[in-house]
Amino acid sequence: MLLTNLMALPLIGAAVVFALPIGRELLAKQIALVVSLATAFGAIYLGLNMSTTDGGLQYVESYQWIPAFGINWSVGVDGISAVLIVMATILVPLVMIAGWNDVENIGQGTVKGYFSLFLVLETFMVGVFAATDLFLFYVFFEAMLIPVYFLIGRFGGPQRAYAAMKFLLYSLVGGLFMLASLIGLYVASGKELGNGTFDFTALAGLNMDPATQKILFLGFFFAFAVKAPMVPFHTWLPDAAAQATPATSTLLVGVLDKVGTFGMIRYLLPIFPDASKYYAPVIIVLAVISIFYGALLAIGQTDLLRLVAFSSVSHFGFIVMGIFVMTSQGLSGSSLYMVNHGFSTGALFIVVGFLMTRRGSKYIADFGGVNKVAPVLAGVVLLAGLSSLALPGMSSFVSEFLVLVGTFAYSKTTAVIATFGIVLAAVYILWMYQRTMTGEPSNEVKETVKEISARELAAVTPLIALIIALGFVPQVALNIINPAVEQVQQYVDVQDEPAAVEGAKA
Amino acid sequence: MNAANYLVLAGILFTIGAFGVLVRRNAIIVFMSVEMMLNAANLAFVAAARINATLDGQVAAFFVMVVAAAEVVVGLAIIVTIFRTRKSASIDEASLLKY
Amino acid sequence: MISALIGLPLAGATILLLGGRRTNAWGHYLAVLMSASSFFVGVSLFSKMLGLEGEERALHQHLFDWIAVGTFNVPFALHLDQLSIAFVLLITGVGTLIHVYSIGYMEHDENRRKFFAYLNLFVAAMLLLVLANNYLLLYVGWEGVGLASYLLISFWQHKPSAAVAGKKAFVVNRVGDVGLSIAVMLMFVTFGSVTFEGVAEAATKADQQTVTWIGLALLLAACGKSAQFPLQSWLLDAMEGPTPVSALIHAATMVTAGVYLIVRAHAIFDLSETARTAVVVIGAITLLLGAYIGTAKDDIKKGLAGSTMSQIGYMILAAGLGPVGYVFAIFHLLTHGMFKAGLFLGAGSVMHGMHDDVNMRHYGALRGFMKVTYVTFGLGFLAIIGIPPFAGFWSKDEIIHAAFGQSTVIGLATLIGAGVTAFYMTRMMTMTFFGEARWEDGVHPHESSNVMTIPMIVLAFGSVFGGLLMLFVGDIEHWLEPVVGFAKPEHHVSNTTLIPITLAVVLAGASYAWFKYGRRPVPVVAPTEVSLLTRAARADAYGDALNEAVFMRPGQHLTRSLTFFDAKGIDGVVNGLAAGIGGLSARTRKTQTGYARNYAAYMLGGAALIAFILYLVRL
Repeated sequence: MLLTNLMALPLIGAAVVFALPIGRELLAKQIALVVSLATAFGAIYLGLNMSTTDGGLQYVESYQWIPAFGINWSVGVDGISAVLIVMATILVPLVMIAGWNDVENIGQGTVKGYFSLFLVLETFMVGVFAATDLFLFYVFFEAMLIPVYFLIGRFGGPQRAYAAMKFLLYSLVGGLFMLASLIGLYVASGKELGNGTFDFTALAGLNMDPATQKILFLGFFFAFAVKAPMVPFHTWLPDAAAQATPATSTLLVGVLDKVGTFGMIRYLLPIFPDASKYYAPVIIVLAVISIFYGALLAIGQTDLLRLVAFSSVSHFGFIVMGIFVMTSQGLSGSSLYMVNHGFSTGALFIVVGFLMTRRGSKYIADFGGVNKVAPVLAGVVLLAGLSSLALPGMSSFVSEFLVLVGTFAYSKTTAVIATFGIVLAAVYILWMYQRTMTGEPSNEVKETVKEISARELAAVTPLIALIIALGFVPQVALNIINPAVEQVQQYVDVQDEPAAVEGAKA
Repeated sequence: MNAANYLVLAGILFTIGAFGVLVRRNAIIVFMSVEMMLNAANLAFVAAARINATLDGQVAAFFVMVVAAAEVVVGLAIIVTIFRTRKSASIDEASLLKY
Repeated sequence: MISALIGLPLAGATILLLGGRRTNAWGHYLAVLMSASSFFVGVSLFSKMLGLEGEERALHQHLFDWIAVGTFNVPFALHLDQLSIAFVLLITGVGTLIHVYSIGYMEHDENRRKFFAYLNLFVAAMLLLVLANNYLLLYVGWEGVGLASYLLISFWQHKPSAAVAGKKAFVVNRVGDVGLSIAVMLMFVTFGSVTFEGVAEAATKADQQTVTWIGLALLLAACGKSAQFPLQSWLLDAMEGPTPVSALIHAATMVTAGVYLIVRAHAIFDLSETARTAVVVIGAITLLLGAYIGTAKDDIKKGLAGSTMSQIGYMILAAGLGPVGYVFAIFHLLTHGMFKAGLFLGAGSVMHGMHDDVNMRHYGALRGFMKVTYVTFGLGFLAIIGIPPFAGFWSKDEIIHAAFGQSTVIGLATLIGAGVTAFYMTRMMTMTFFGEARWEDGVHPHESSNVMTIPMIVLAFGSVFGGLLMLFVGDIEHWLEPVVGFAKPEHHVSNTTLIPITLAVVLAGASYAWFKYGRRPVPVVAPTEVSLLTRAARADAYGDALNEAVFMRPGQHLTRSLTFFDAKGIDGVVNGLAAGIGGLSARTRKTQTGYARNYAAYMLGGAALIAFILYLVRL
């Protein structure tokens, strides 16, 4: 029942928050924070109790939902989804703290709306990672759009309506293709098993003929590629991230986008093993393009939020690359990367949010010299940035290196090319830092930029602590990811290549 | 007399009615044209019933009459209301319901 | 015990960074204490090692399993052997002295606590670099020192030049790091291991080509960190950092990490002639290039930076010679660490007395005003140009000797380098301490306080006796032999002929400089009517210009055009699609005229169409 409870808790919390009378904004925020903290602790408990040897689904629950179509409320987690749930639920209370005063002055009733939307979103985020019935997954996949649509459309920047609509349409189009493939999958499973099913384990055990796989694969892949986002389906992300509040952007990029890459590792590989192998070279090329395209565009941005968004496009390139090389290092690295990226990009968005609330602008040109007036804030920006450029000693390094090593075992050329992406990462982060934080502060900066407050520190310190801790003890997460990755490799029927030298000791 | 001629007559009446609906502006006339089209249809039904020697067409004609009667009631009421508010029975002036 | 070496300075850095202003009053003492205790831990480990026999001297400490995925298994383990301990003593020893010096040098800086925190962080990262037992953990230290270097170069962030220099150093280093990444990946894929031990064991079984590639990738890494051609451009800009930083990081320790890497990976280089040749060529190019740049610099620190490049070139070259050179590369690295740190501290002391002016054309005749600085700098000067029996003589002579053993061309390069070194160092010496005073108004040169001069004196002792001690008392050749192997160089030219030749070249270089700058007055403003060669040297041999032309400007173009392409191309398609659909519906909307007769006509048309289709179908 733990998983269902993890979903129910924030939903009930959202209802309570929303039902509060107008004028009790502070109470609404406090309830929302407490509920999300409770959910986070529940998720951490779940993560700590995951098996380090069993790669199958754990905490499994299943109830009939629509028996006529074989649809069940089935939830369960393996190591990969467990770490993602932990990451998502840790981010929610932190973005609430970071966005504590985001919407104070907009109007009556908006504060509780804002916070209850976060809680609703949290329910769906847990659900989308925990679902083991593909139909249920699809429902959560689409349902997540609703709170995010409102979060962007109601609480964002001047072009928020445009951004929210773009985000929604992109996701819906992707979802549409996925729905078509989903129905196809149901029919295909019906042909083979007698009755159609949406159950993940049953579908992963199918022996579909490669031609069907190739067609159905594309529908799912398109949906996931839009979500992830991969070049050239990425343009919604910079707009959405730049128009939403930083708290929303954190969850959008940190968690929602992970659904795409999670879907690839969880559904594409096991259910369509032949198609995955068939399309892997093309997808890896797209991923490498994403790495460089995202990085180069991040260098070219003048807007901090868009810069972070494009850096994420680059990071997602690494994640997708690691998934489709299908080596254990690549897969584990990508899974860990998803977690690390959630924390590091979350930290970046949150600190950019701090800068924006002070200066009232998100343009790089409006900053400069912040280090002189607010050294701690500048230090936090630097730490978040260093984590984004995958400095060794931080968690992102471990995952990025694992992805690269995994890729190297698959194709040396690809890995060598992708490795040069780390140079560009240094350029976009450090140039951003140089333009915003160093130099002599202008008068506006001197007047508006104040040192980081205790509340703000409370929002970023846990993230940075996690980033550094996971940099040195990534095994905490890898121990539960590894068995799940082995399971995925078994589904796809791939093995790691042994070292080239005979009898080399491990 | 050949019953098929009645079908031709019905076609002619229907065309006249349709023409009237399309070109006339006065709501009453348009309305009458609609009635004419309905009755052309009725005539076709009855003629067809005769040709096929079944009663189905006649039954259908009764249905059409009932519908026409109901339509007259609603239609005339609308026309009267429009005339009262606009002092005109021209349907071109009642064109607010557009893009 | 070994982890305490790293732990102490790391704790210092953490306390100072997290403690904030509360630690302002005593922060620098804590940092010195941490660095010094790390040094004493190092000394005690060293004495423990002295008590053991050759092969057994290496100590291990396995802390925990760091990363384990599939067969990729990297421990977080430390390894202290004869090579690492030499570095540990250099890093913590020179590091502590520079910490002490910085107390005086940074006395009036409002961010002194941060400075010391970064210094401690650097020491910790550098120690991790030399103590790691595998290449990936080394990588952590490798970028850790890069981070510390970045933070310290751009320590005076309010100066845009400093901020840019820091970023440049980091980015150029990252290019080198790509090499290290690739090397580590190749090692894993080829040998299934990334520990020094595992790689060394399996290396002989691998095919030649792979080993060569690993060697070249490691060389790229070394080029980045050690400012070797073609990644040398960051080092001169790095002089924007405070002088103690230049002394510690950009002279004595961090920049020599590339030499460490190559020597540490000797198992790879032993097997690949091609990789070794590449290393030697890079070393030779850099040693000449650095020396050449050094000849034209008026900025005392940049002059020294060029010299650092050049001296590291010697080390890299020696390392590329294989078993005959590894030991001398490390030997020169250690002596260089001492005399170059001393020279930089001396330069810092001069700048301190001259209102932070770095232009040597504004110096002159300082020998009477800064006696301690003059003497210590002078001893360092004698050491670097290689006058016996000063430290540099022993180590450089061995390298020149080994180089002649390898090939005459390489040997000549090292010999010419020695001559040019003598030239630019003499030029620096005379312009600073001799000749007539060329000070600007209001400058009153004075000797620095004891806290600054004492470290300089200690390092001067190193410059004088360091070489002798290590060679004859420490027997460095046999000390390092169990780790890196050692082969007596083939002597194509005998020592009795080579030493006089070398000394003659050195003296020639020095006297030319003396005639040019000591005997004639030095213009206060640098002459503009100079030869093309001088102009090129002033522009750092156009390294930056080349980088800008080849990477920066095309990169900017690419970025700009991609940004345009993204907004107009990809997003253009997306928005165009949206606009197209919007436009289409706007047009179809127009059919809703509001005229009842239009609707009736559509109905009629539709009905007619359906009837027509039915008619067609029935046919």
